[in-house]
Amino acid sequence: MRRWIAPLLVLAGLIAAWQVAVDTGLVDDLLVPAPNDIARALWENRSLLADNAWVTFREVVLGFGCALVLGLAFATALHLSGVLRQAVYPLLVASQTIPIVVAAPLFVLWFGFGIGPKLAIVALVCFFPITVNTLDGLRSANPEQIKMMRSLDASRWQVFRLVEAPGALPRVFTGAKIAVAIAVIGAVFGEDAGATEGLGFLIRVDNAQFETARIFASVVILSGMAMLLFGLLTLAERRVVRWS
Amino acid sequence: MRIRELHHSYEELETIAGLDVDVSDGRVLGVVGPSGCGKSTLLELIAGLREPTGGRIEIFGRSDGPGRLSHCAYMPQRDALLPWCSAVDNAALGLRNRGASRADARRESAGLFERFGLEGFQEALPQELSGGMRQRVAFLRTLLPGKPILCLDEPFASLDAITRGEMQEWLASALRAEARTVVLVTHDIEEALYLADDVIVLSSRPARTVVTVRSERPRDPDRTAAVVEPAFLAARERAMTALREAPR
Repeated sequence: MRRWIAPLLVLAGLIAAWQVAVDTGLVDDLLVPAPNDIARALWENRSLLADNAWVTFREVVLGFGCALVLGLAFATALHLSGVLRQAVYPLLVASQTIPIVVAAPLFVLWFGFGIGPKLAIVALVCFFPITVNTLDGLRSANPEQIKMMRSLDASRWQVFRLVEAPGALPRVFTGAKIAVAIAVIGAVFGEDAGATEGLGFLIRVDNAQFETARIFASVVILSGMAMLLFGLLTLAERRVVRWS
Repeated sequence: MRIRELHHSYEELETIAGLDVDVSDGRVLGVVGPSGCGKSTLLELIAGLREPTGGRIEIFGRSDGPGRLSHCAYMPQRDALLPWCSAVDNAALGLRNRGASRADARRESAGLFERFGLEGFQEALPQELSGGMRQRVAFLRTLLPGKPILCLDEPFASLDAITRGEMQEWLASALRAEARTVVLVTHDIEEALYLADDVIVLSSRPARTVVTVRSERPRDPDRTAAVVEPAFLAARERAMTALREAPR
């Protein structure tokens, strides 16, 4: 419990300072709403926000899931084949340099206004950290353990399954935690480029109507979503990686 | 096992320069030498984990890598236990690799836990075991597949002096109970002379045999008495002198 006190105090202090700054007219509340206005916006629009948050949440989870499956498969293939690794690794890095702002409207053009382009963007941003971390994890296996396994008649597959794959798990979780935090940003970009629902869509509409308090309310929910998913992964990691 | 004219180099660096060694079945060969002299490389070559750049190593008539691999069980310097597997799963690795089901392999390895002083620790993770216990799990893992030759690389180097002495006595009794051909690499001359029948002293890199010392009463149940006998001390002195005066 004690480790929560410091971050909560910092958060409370920041919110209080913010409230005072708006109340005293230091900043214009049309541009930056006060915390109590955001709280009111959250409460008054709870069903609208919940509906749109659910849409975004589904995009994040499904897109992340796709990236996890693809990333693990891809990292394994690159690990097992040196030729493939040399040939494809530069492309993998290049894929990460595609600006999402450019990709998002293109994906809408290709895949329409449904959930497709959002999943594609979430998966695109999640894929890289998952793949790179998994690949590094697989490649950092202890050479003594591998020699021991070879001497005890292990096949390539047994070395992979019993030594390399479990040894890579901590890195898989590292990659997944980075991915899930940016997945939320990816979903908002995807919705911003063309959508009829979701928090990214709502923020776009609210922006045009100067509904600043509701924009901040959406952002609060998005942060909460990222923290929730990050927390779930941390819990899963603790259960799975019992040895470190 | 016959080693003839063995040479090995890593690129330009010559690590082994002409070794001839014979080990007959059921005997223990100790290999000592200054650190970095190529002892570990020699062990990996014997075990079939590396191919020599010259000469041959013949084990039961086979001198190819896969043939040597099939006859040797290698125990690396640090125990190399898999941290995500319980003690019993670690010990069972060799059996599982050979196609035994997990349940069968676990049953067979658990059956030996009492004899190895590991009773009650079957499900412990390696991090929950003491250094001596980890070493015993690693040794059990090496022993279980039933290979005729054991290649042990500094098995007790990471242990404190008292535990090391206990483990030497324990290994001696394990080998008295079940004779295997063993190649034991160590930097500790006393350990080598106590556990091995013959000890070869290697020069610093590139390694050559400086002297072969025959042990007097190897694996004597009373280690403390055995290692202070005049004959043991004389053998130790010969090996020490050879090591000191080895060409550099």
